[in-house]
Amino acid sequence: MALSFLLLTILVVAGLAYVLAKSRAFKSAGGDIRLLHSLPGYYGWNGALTVLLPTFLALLLWLAIQPVVVDHTVSGMISAESAAESTLGLVMSDVRRIADGLDLAVQNGVLTAQDASRLNTGSSDIRETLGAVGVALGAEVTAEKLEAAQTYRSATATGFWMRTVLVLLVALGGLAVSYRRTDKDFRARNFVEQVVKGILVFAALLAILTTVGIIFSLIFNTVEFFSLYPAEDFFFGLVWSPSFGGGSELGILPLIWATLYISLIALAVAVPVGLFAAIYLSEYASPTVRAVAKPLLEVLAGIPTIVYGLFALLTVGPLLVDIFGNDGALGVGWMQGGTAVMTAGLVMGIMLIPFVSSLSDDIINAVPQAMRDGSLGLGATHSETVKQVIMPAALPGIVGAILLAASRAIGETMIVVLGAGAAARLSMNPFDAMTTVTAKIVSQLTGDADFASPEALVAFALGMTLFVITLGLNIFALYIVRKYREQYD
Amino acid sequence: MTDVTLTTTPASEPARSKSLLEIDERTKKRNAAETRFKFYGIGAIGIGVFFLVALLVSILSNGLSAFTQTSISLPVPLVQSEIEAAEKSIVKTSKYRDIIGAVLIEKLKTAGVSTDMDSKKLLQIMSSGAPGALREFVLANPDAIGTTVPFDFLTSSRVDGYFKGRVTRAALAEDKNLDSAHLDIVDQLKEQGSVTSGFNWQFIFGSDASDSRPEQAGIGVAMVGSFYMMLVVLCLALPIGVAASIYLEEFAPKNRLTDVIEVNISNLAAVPSIVFGILGLAAFIQFAHLPQSAPLVGGLVLTLMTLPTIIISTRASLQSVPPSIRDAALGIGASKMQSVFHHVLPLAMPGILTGTIIGLAQALGETAPLLLIGMVGFIASEYPSGVFEGFLSPNSAMPAQIYEWAKRADPAFYERAWGGIIILLLFLMTMNIVAIILRRRFERRW
Amino acid sequence: MSEVSGAIRTADEFEPNKATAMENTKISADKVQVYYGDTHAIKDVSINIRAQTVTAFIGPSGCGKSTFLRCLNRMNDTIDICRVEGRIAIDDEDIYDPKVDPVQLRAKVGMVFQKPNPFPKSIYDNVSYGPRIHGLVRRKSELDDIVASSLQKAGLWEEVKDRLDSPGTGLSGGQQQRLCIARAIAVSPEVILMDEPCSALDPIATAKVEELIDELRENYTIVIVTHSMQQAARVSQRTAFFHLGNLVEVGDTQDIFTNPRDKRTQDYITGRFG
Repeated sequence: MALSFLLLTILVVAGLAYVLAKSRAFKSAGGDIRLLHSLPGYYGWNGALTVLLPTFLALLLWLAIQPVVVDHTVSGMISAESAAESTLGLVMSDVRRIADGLDLAVQNGVLTAQDASRLNTGSSDIRETLGAVGVALGAEVTAEKLEAAQTYRSATATGFWMRTVLVLLVALGGLAVSYRRTDKDFRARNFVEQVVKGILVFAALLAILTTVGIIFSLIFNTVEFFSLYPAEDFFFGLVWSPSFGGGSELGILPLIWATLYISLIALAVAVPVGLFAAIYLSEYASPTVRAVAKPLLEVLAGIPTIVYGLFALLTVGPLLVDIFGNDGALGVGWMQGGTAVMTAGLVMGIMLIPFVSSLSDDIINAVPQAMRDGSLGLGATHSETVKQVIMPAALPGIVGAILLAASRAIGETMIVVLGAGAAARLSMNPFDAMTTVTAKIVSQLTGDADFASPEALVAFALGMTLFVITLGLNIFALYIVRKYREQYD
Repeated sequence: MTDVTLTTTPASEPARSKSLLEIDERTKKRNAAETRFKFYGIGAIGIGVFFLVALLVSILSNGLSAFTQTSISLPVPLVQSEIEAAEKSIVKTSKYRDIIGAVLIEKLKTAGVSTDMDSKKLLQIMSSGAPGALREFVLANPDAIGTTVPFDFLTSSRVDGYFKGRVTRAALAEDKNLDSAHLDIVDQLKEQGSVTSGFNWQFIFGSDASDSRPEQAGIGVAMVGSFYMMLVVLCLALPIGVAASIYLEEFAPKNRLTDVIEVNISNLAAVPSIVFGILGLAAFIQFAHLPQSAPLVGGLVLTLMTLPTIIISTRASLQSVPPSIRDAALGIGASKMQSVFHHVLPLAMPGILTGTIIGLAQALGETAPLLLIGMVGFIASEYPSGVFEGFLSPNSAMPAQIYEWAKRADPAFYERAWGGIIILLLFLMTMNIVAIILRRRFERRW
Repeated sequence: MSEVSGAIRTADEFEPNKATAMENTKISADKVQVYYGDTHAIKDVSINIRAQTVTAFIGPSGCGKSTFLRCLNRMNDTIDICRVEGRIAIDDEDIYDPKVDPVQLRAKVGMVFQKPNPFPKSIYDNVSYGPRIHGLVRRKSELDDIVASSLQKAGLWEEVKDRLDSPGTGLSGGQQQRLCIARAIAVSPEVILMDEPCSALDPIATAKVEELIDELRENYTIVIVTHSMQQAARVSQRTAFFHLGNLVEVGDTQDIFTNPRDKRTQDYITGRFG
């Protein structure tokens, strides 16, 4: 039974359980719903949930376990020689492809089901047969692989039947249990609410699950990368030159350097502008000015980063070349091309202005009015109050905000992919093109690289580094901001 | 410090003027500093607004031209024998190209435009997609064979750029694809009204085209990809986000686990988007074997990315519902669950929706994670074949499509990229306006 | 001064030796109106405040006494929607004259607030803040002197002299309020305004602050807003009673409490409302 049909059946059984449980509850109370412990709907839901929950659990478990079991059975059939030729994983993926192709062929009517299971390498050209239905096979189909594929197919088919039977049994079992349990004194509402609460808890735990998912996906691949490429060369290497033919040098330092350099320029733009804008908006601006200027600045925050990337590549870069380039207005010839650390840093700074200003605005507003009154009451001017009382009081919060902005800058991707250049370089000149950690993650994973090669796996190590750096900054910054807020709460 | 006498009485201060009506030097200086400080603030706001204006001006000035496209009208006689011959040849479109070339030469002759170019060279003013378009029409309308059908073929991107002012005659000197002589011809055709420029529907509804045919590239298919992703995000992130927020805000006990979840959520909100892309690649594609480039996977990744945003704004709206409402419901014997779902949640709904729309807008503009799961440009050349296929068939998304165009070398694609940004920003603007209206309309002050 | 409309009478009318009282006037307010947007918060208040005297403003909450106090050093300027009409003069100079800089005015008229609001800085920096921004000192040693003498005058010196570098926020509530008073004194003001300075303090701290106010009377003109009639009776020589934005009655504290002339004053001090 196909998965969608199976799901539909489960839903029907659940609906049945709803109706049955509700009517039974009604009957047990003699038709007087005042005698019921809960509203009739709760009995119905109790029935439906008693069917749905265990069934889905069983189905999910089966879906997770069956491929593992099948793989294990089939991979046992692959001889050591062919496994040694390439990796076992590659052979297995070939087997899977053949099996899928056969399924497709049967589905399209190119082969009958009997033919498909009786095929052998001698009798027909499987590559051609499968090519006809659109499954291109790379390697030669050996007898061993074909046999494995046949086993794979039969095991999977058996699995499907077993799955259907199991799931239906569980569903009917749930139906029976819920029907028997339904009675006018049964606390259906409490049960249903427990289940709903469980769902709520699960939703909240998804946040942790996401983090765990991120960590696992980074760690597994990073460990695999380090088994192919020495960790100390990665962390301390001064050269980044991947070549897919092998012999790559994958040192992260040039990337880290460019990342930090660009972030520094971005912060040098965003922090003064954002901070002064926040001070003006929260301390000086009349309500009208505030009502206009604040949303205008926040528009900058709502613009997608791809737009900033394009702005850097096509507007800011050429403009900077016109000024600092070889034939530029200044005639200094510092800049060779539009993509440069400066280009990306400047545009990223623009992007971060509203980020810094709105965070600082919140933080400045959290400084109690009593502080301002105290200072103004002593005869301080407004700017003296800001500089000598409000800023020192808000400093921890503002440091937190700047750290969050820094973490944003380090993790920003599209602006650097388009604006910073593609060549890794260790240079002090901000008008040189360099490339960052995030830009290289994109370029290493979007090519046609083989996922098992160090050149592709390095992206995970880069991602891991990025994640650790930004996470550290975030945790530290959020901690500071939290402590700061508590101080004035 | 120990030997202090009470000497600083008010009278003994020399520096201060006695009368309030005279302003002393120091106060003048301090007031000047005050004014300067204020101007720094105004300057900062000015810089921010200037950048915004510069950004918008550069988007509009570069992108608006993508919405018009030059085309050339040619009446093509569809002769049975020619078409049969073309369909029999191996490279079918090359024969169709010859048909168009002949028609074009004929057209120039009747128009009185003299040229010594051969058909092949002359055809450089036309889009290389023109023969394909002709063949498609013929296959779709076999009845039309034997008649003369008026066609509006796209001109090549350089001719189009010439009329939009992007391509100059001087720049053509080094261009292999077009000469000044071509421009003389199209100028004359334009005067006669055969070359016209009209609204570029193909840009809005079409699909991406190959490197050599920027004039045919459109964002429509990528828009569908984005739409499917947003659908996934909405259907998953909203219920999950609301459920998680309700738990944390209404039911969660104050313990370590809750603390961990809360810290986790605020950290997830600040994790770089590209890391979510890596998660998507490793978890959904490598581990779960979901298809690459599928909007479903893109939607899942964006869901995980927007969840923290939605949870944070939903919790804020739940917090703004006063406890008295909960007490009132509990007071008449409702269960905690009933008080939340019957009273608190409906009251918080406008705020939740506002937050969700803003989260969706954020997701719509996100590019980096999509690149990692293979949702790059030029992956889909036609619309998905059905409503459900849309979730799984490989597709791109608007921002990824824009990125693809920005990477290509031909400036004609840059125009497309800016134009794509205009469309993307229009969507974002609409979503934000809806969010603002929702907030204004339903905002409740307690 | 005596032309007060309607039922509003200032006590000066009944002053036995009016001439000497006038000589001594530090602050005089004439027909002051204050508006918060559309709300008429202070209505037609005229009052003379004597030098080297503690004047208490009493009245039920929301009667405008704090608002009026904040007019005296133009702290209301910081509120956008607030508008002041009428004349308020200190030493016969109109403080709302356009030529007057509020910064200079506030150096002359210091203020202590309801809730102790030390800056999140050290005790030393809290007290030296005012002298530094006003440029009252040329040398560090002078600043040290001002800090020490201000703290001594505020009666805090003995308690904090060994920890001038520790943060002002670390002191107890009563100490914080005395620190704020020291901070105000350090600028050498002529007038000190106190807005319910003891409302956030416990009785022992309150007693200390009240004692301090009595000592400060020698050198400064003090105006204190208070909720507590007992406090007004203990620390002030003159008392003004505000009600619903009107100044109902002003006179010697003794007289107001023993022999109020207005029914509303009597009702208030006998506890009928408030």
